[in-house]
Amino acid sequence: MELWISFFAAAVVAGTPLLFATLGEIMTERSGNLNLGVEGMMLMGAVMGFQIGLSTGNPAFALLAAMVAGAVGAAIFAFLTVTLRANQVVSGLSLTIFGTGFSSFAGQKLIGQVTPESIKAFFKPFSMPLLGDIPFLGPIFFRQDVFVYIGYITAIAFGIYLYKTNKGLNLRAIGENPGAADAAGINVTLYKYVHILIGGALCGLGGAYLSLVYVPAWQDYVTAGRGWIAVALVIFAAWNPYKALLGAYFFGGLDIIGFRIQGKGIHISQYLIDMLPYIVTIVVLVAVSLKKSKENSPPRSLGTPYFREER
Amino acid sequence: MKRTVSLILAMVMLLAIALTGCSSAPAPVQEPGQSQNPEEKKMKVGFIYVGPAGDGGWSYAHDQGRQYLAKELGVETIFQESVPEGPEVEKVVNDMVDQGATVIFGTSFGFMDYMEKASKNHPDVKFLHCSGNKTTENMGNYFGKMYQARYLSGIVAGMKTETNKIGYVAAFEIPEVVNGINAFTLGVQSVNKDAVVKVKWTHTWYDPAKEKEAAKALLDEGVDVITQHQDTAGPLQAAEEKGAFAIGYNSDTSALVPKAFMTAPVWNWGPYYVQTVKAIQEGTWKPEAYYTGLETGIVDLVPLTANAPEAAKAVVEKAKTEMLTGKQVVFVGPIKDQTGTEKVGSGSEMTEADILMMNWFVQGVEGELKIQ
Repeated sequence: MELWISFFAAAVVAGTPLLFATLGEIMTERSGNLNLGVEGMMLMGAVMGFQIGLSTGNPAFALLAAMVAGAVGAAIFAFLTVTLRANQVVSGLSLTIFGTGFSSFAGQKLIGQVTPESIKAFFKPFSMPLLGDIPFLGPIFFRQDVFVYIGYITAIAFGIYLYKTNKGLNLRAIGENPGAADAAGINVTLYKYVHILIGGALCGLGGAYLSLVYVPAWQDYVTAGRGWIAVALVIFAAWNPYKALLGAYFFGGLDIIGFRIQGKGIHISQYLIDMLPYIVTIVVLVAVSLKKSKENSPPRSLGTPYFREER
Repeated sequence: MKRTVSLILAMVMLLAIALTGCSSAPAPVQEPGQSQNPEEKKMKVGFIYVGPAGDGGWSYAHDQGRQYLAKELGVETIFQESVPEGPEVEKVVNDMVDQGATVIFGTSFGFMDYMEKASKNHPDVKFLHCSGNKTTENMGNYFGKMYQARYLSGIVAGMKTETNKIGYVAAFEIPEVVNGINAFTLGVQSVNKDAVVKVKWTHTWYDPAKEKEAAKALLDEGVDVITQHQDTAGPLQAAEEKGAFAIGYNSDTSALVPKAFMTAPVWNWGPYYVQTVKAIQEGTWKPEAYYTGLETGIVDLVPLTANAPEAAKAVVEKAKTEMLTGKQVVFVGPIKDQTGTEKVGSGSEMTEADILMMNWFVQGVEGELKIQ
């Protein structure tokens, strides 16, 4: 039992960077834009968050810097794909390559540096009053660091925004049919820009969790491919922030389960376990397309640039 | 619409595979060497790294050696980082030769076959391959007896542990890693017969978060000392957070984990690079297998910190002195494997060749080993 609890608690931690990146990508894709630059934006957020955290020692500034860095990356993408209507796949991929290079370059002087004590203390796990004492669930979900709690709040707030507010409805309309949304008087370009930028900021936060809290030291290429898992997670979660919450922790668990079963007499190849997130995504994709459920399908305009004159 | 999704998925999978391998800036970076003999045509030396030069581990240690070489001999050095262990190596070699490199160091085991091929295509260039076992007319290899330093660090761990469980986060099931685990375990058992070493495989050289997870799994199983054969400090961070103790690898990372760090077996490539390039300049170089240990300083142990048990210093010093005389201290019989079968008879020693091919765990290691 003890081992299970520690495993699930570790899965939540491992899933947190994925959660932020996935929420960011869902927000972007809900506006009809496919941004494959998640990995790049995460790395930009990771390096700038770490840099500012190191020089100011202030966790709020560090998180802000990470969000700004992610949003700047996203702004490049938004300009290319929304204003210039460039190919979204190519633009996203270039953003990943750019972000990776940028973080290596900006991180050169940071190698070997450690997260300052003031920030470490801020992100120390603590038990939520009352909630932390719930048996089983308490130690798993409510004895974590503040970043993890921000993750819960962000996912739920995003879910409410998307499904319960007018603005969320507008956003979904743009993702489905920007032409119709435009005709209804919604400012499509503005919506796309805002949500791509917020999406980038969330990806930046995901990266900052890795560099500031998870690894707490600067190491080059700290994301090690997690941005791509997040892109797969968006499909797994069927563009739904609540499902992303579950999916991220599930994928986090898949990421670390290999170490927990090693040496327990269960013979499963580590390589097979490494494939699991992708296999699971394919299975979900197949299941969804068999069911043809409207709810689980991607935003219909995803990947297509919107051009008013062609409507 | 369905097509878009399948496209995304295909992209994701392809890129996840491709991009985890090659991450950093693809263009080789040039650094001006300080020339001491301006009249002499400056020699250009190329380095190929498997990870980012800033990994703080394996490639970092080689890059320190490269900088030392540039400073000492005033030769020009170029390097390319994050080169995958595949056919791309040949392309990188060709690029470097085009840029005028006449000596090329490849610093990862998986570069071997591609470097061998490249050495035949470029007979005028000298190739040196780290940790391999092939030589050609113009290619030598080099490595150090890291197992000696691992044994010494095992002594520290064996004296420190109170739960008699030590965690070892290991990358891949290759002989270099296996003999390191064995040497470490023999070091542990030389001072603490009851202690066991638990091994977890990560199948990655460079993923700080994942390697930290492996260490967390070990800590949850009750180990109180963590060591690693990885290129990042991830496992050490896990130990620091749990209030356990850690032994690093590759370079001194005490600043990263001040409360946990006890010592680390480390590489010091600089002097070897200087000596080799000098021999090439003077025309005395021959393609050989260079393989030395503590006596040349290519491997070493970071001085024990205050976290290490006080008594360990003397024991480590004694074993080290014996090793410095060239005596085989680590792999001396009787050595039993995990099943209790005697592999090395009492009084006999393993040869260096056998150590380099080791594919079984000694008694006291808890972990599975499947050599591919």
